[in-house]
Amino acid sequence: MYEVVSNVIIAPSIHRMEVRAPRIAAARQAGQFVIVRCSEGGERIPLTIADADPEAGTITLMIQAIGAGTAKLAAIQPPDGIRDVAGPLGMPTEIENVGKVVCVGGGVGTAVLFPLAKALADAGNHVTTIIGGRSEQFVILRDELAEFCDEVIVTTEDGSLGTKGFVTIPLGEIIADPEKRPEAIYAIGPVPMMAAVAEQTRPSGIHTIVSLNPIMVDGTGMCGGCRVTVDGQVKFACVDGPEFDGHLVDFRELATRQQAYCDDQHCRMTDAMENQE
Amino acid sequence: MSDQPLTPKERMAIGRTTMPEQDPAKRATNFEEVNFGLSYEAAVQEAKRCLVCKSRSCVEGCPVAVRIPEFLEALASGDVAGAAEILRVDNALPATTGRVCPQEVQCEKVCVRGKKGDPVAIGWLERFVADWAAENMANPVAPDKQTGRTVAVVGSGPAGLTAAGELARMGHSVTVFEALHDSGGVLRYGIPEFRLPKKIVDAEVACLESLGVKLEFNVIVGRTITVTQITEEFDACFIANGAGLPMFLNVPGEQLKGVYSSNEYLTRVNLMGAYKPESTTPIARGDNVVVFGGGNTAMDSVRTAKRLGAKRAIIAYRRSREEMPARIEEVHHAEEEGIEFMLLMSPLEINGGEDGWVKSIRLQKMELGEPDASGRRRPVPIEGSEFELEAQVAVVAIGTRANPILSSACPDLKLNKWGNIEIDDNQMTSIPGVFAGGDIVRGGATVILAMGDGKHAANAIDRYLQSK
Repeated sequence: MYEVVSNVIIAPSIHRMEVRAPRIAAARQAGQFVIVRCSEGGERIPLTIADADPEAGTITLMIQAIGAGTAKLAAIQPPDGIRDVAGPLGMPTEIENVGKVVCVGGGVGTAVLFPLAKALADAGNHVTTIIGGRSEQFVILRDELAEFCDEVIVTTEDGSLGTKGFVTIPLGEIIADPEKRPEAIYAIGPVPMMAAVAEQTRPSGIHTIVSLNPIMVDGTGMCGGCRVTVDGQVKFACVDGPEFDGHLVDFRELATRQQAYCDDQHCRMTDAMENQE
Repeated sequence: MSDQPLTPKERMAIGRTTMPEQDPAKRATNFEEVNFGLSYEAAVQEAKRCLVCKSRSCVEGCPVAVRIPEFLEALASGDVAGAAEILRVDNALPATTGRVCPQEVQCEKVCVRGKKGDPVAIGWLERFVADWAAENMANPVAPDKQTGRTVAVVGSGPAGLTAAGELARMGHSVTVFEALHDSGGVLRYGIPEFRLPKKIVDAEVACLESLGVKLEFNVIVGRTITVTQITEEFDACFIANGAGLPMFLNVPGEQLKGVYSSNEYLTRVNLMGAYKPESTTPIARGDNVVVFGGGNTAMDSVRTAKRLGAKRAIIAYRRSREEMPARIEEVHHAEEEGIEFMLLMSPLEINGGEDGWVKSIRLQKMELGEPDASGRRRPVPIEGSEFELEAQVAVVAIGTRANPILSSACPDLKLNKWGNIEIDDNQMTSIPGVFAGGDIVRGGATVILAMGDGKHAANAIDRYLQSK
């Protein structure tokens, strides 16, 4: 059992959870994830490690309660625990000082982006972070990011905070400005957002890294469910990724594969909510 | 209770027993075990068929060298507990091997009774004795004399569990690191309930824990901890992290929804329980399910598909029946359950609908040509024989390649060109004190060969620890 140390709601349906997992806290690097299982018989849910405190032996997870499994996970309060936490999984991000970088986060993807932006800033990069959400209340981690980023730009679809529209608007302005043009762009969020950013940066050839979240079971390369096509080659996101060159990823295939069990999950969410009532 | 020993002539007069099993039509709709197991009377009678011959070729035919004539003799005299003692000392997972070993190419193949007639049903007797012991005997306990030496085992599959059991019996302190959330490796995620009930795996693991073996789950060696960390903390290490990454066909359409590796398909059903109504794990079902491959994993997948409700559950195999690596009993059971075999058949393409799900598979007929590097006759395509087969689910069961997670975090570990770990005659790797066995060395084999590696490695580790 892995003890839940804290569980705080930071935006609608988004929880920040600290979990005691000393081995993972010690080993984990930016870009890696864990697979958690709430209880006996539960699903295995992949989640990026947002942060870790090796001395306290804890890791931080950001959970968006969108399905039955994540809803159940987000409901766990201290001092209860999570049955299984396995990781860290995936290849760590290659962190280098390349000069100027732009980090683009959409929705809960911002949570995934957070440790990456921090590591890039720690490595001495000039970090501009663009975060987007549906409206003000869905914009997460703005203040936390501002602590180490050189600039934080916010977009909301309804204009309730920052620029009205999508993250691609400020990104387009940055790319177009020779003074600001970054050496690398990291985009993490929903598949359509990552695909849009990759298309936007393709003409300029700016290195664009995306972090993929396909369906997976074990997270150790065994099942092959997380296979994605990158540059015409089949890659396993859990072993070869989760980060890939955004210009080479087949996003259309990824988007359709992610929908494989949507009806199923939809039904189960309904069931789970009925059970709670 | 013990009768007078029978004369060889009397023993020869007894015919081989039969295994009572679930009716094929009924069992094709449930996940309960196919074989019921022998009765006490049938088991004792069958054991009496053993001639206790001097050649003892069955022992040599067994990868873990179970003293078969001894345990059969005890059983023949009605002493099941005595038989169980022998079996438990020689084999860490007897209830498992009694169910999944390909006895027909091992102990039973070389049994002298097989020269004229049927060999002794050693596998069924092993199962009987192991099940009897699980129900009637206390679990074995750790030896009083502990060596104070510590050994880490990577992976709780058949190789790892066997090594752990052997080492614990020798008085070493053993910790098994398992990447998944439960024990057993392929015994848990791969082999279906109807062939190896998970309560059997639970009982076998409980036996090992009773011997003092400690299991730690959710530890991915190479990521959570490294081999280097293990060598700093433990006196020796046995790597048995298993089969690794599934191979795919490399045909167009393999990324469609409804295409699974057998690993994923079976893991969803077995480890994650997708066949149970209360499970939260989804699994694609369809009227037509096509499984590519001819090994035990392919048979497990296709028989699982049938049980999940497929009207047509089909094996498509590119060679002929003779080349199929699956156990004879599995092929036989599959046929009884109405599995269709499309032999000498190779996939060209998987076609999908607009919804991104599998719709059909384009297949091509093959004929056998000259023998290839494996000694088997190479399948050659027959031009113009292509046709389209409707299918909603496709499962690829054509083998695995080495998992790079452990080795990429351990550059000192010498690998062969396929990424499998290289070992010496004592199963020691290029790192002193670090041993390896099972599929990560062999590149894909059987449960019992992995167990043989585990036993062999445990003996080598014991010698290594004594020499230190």
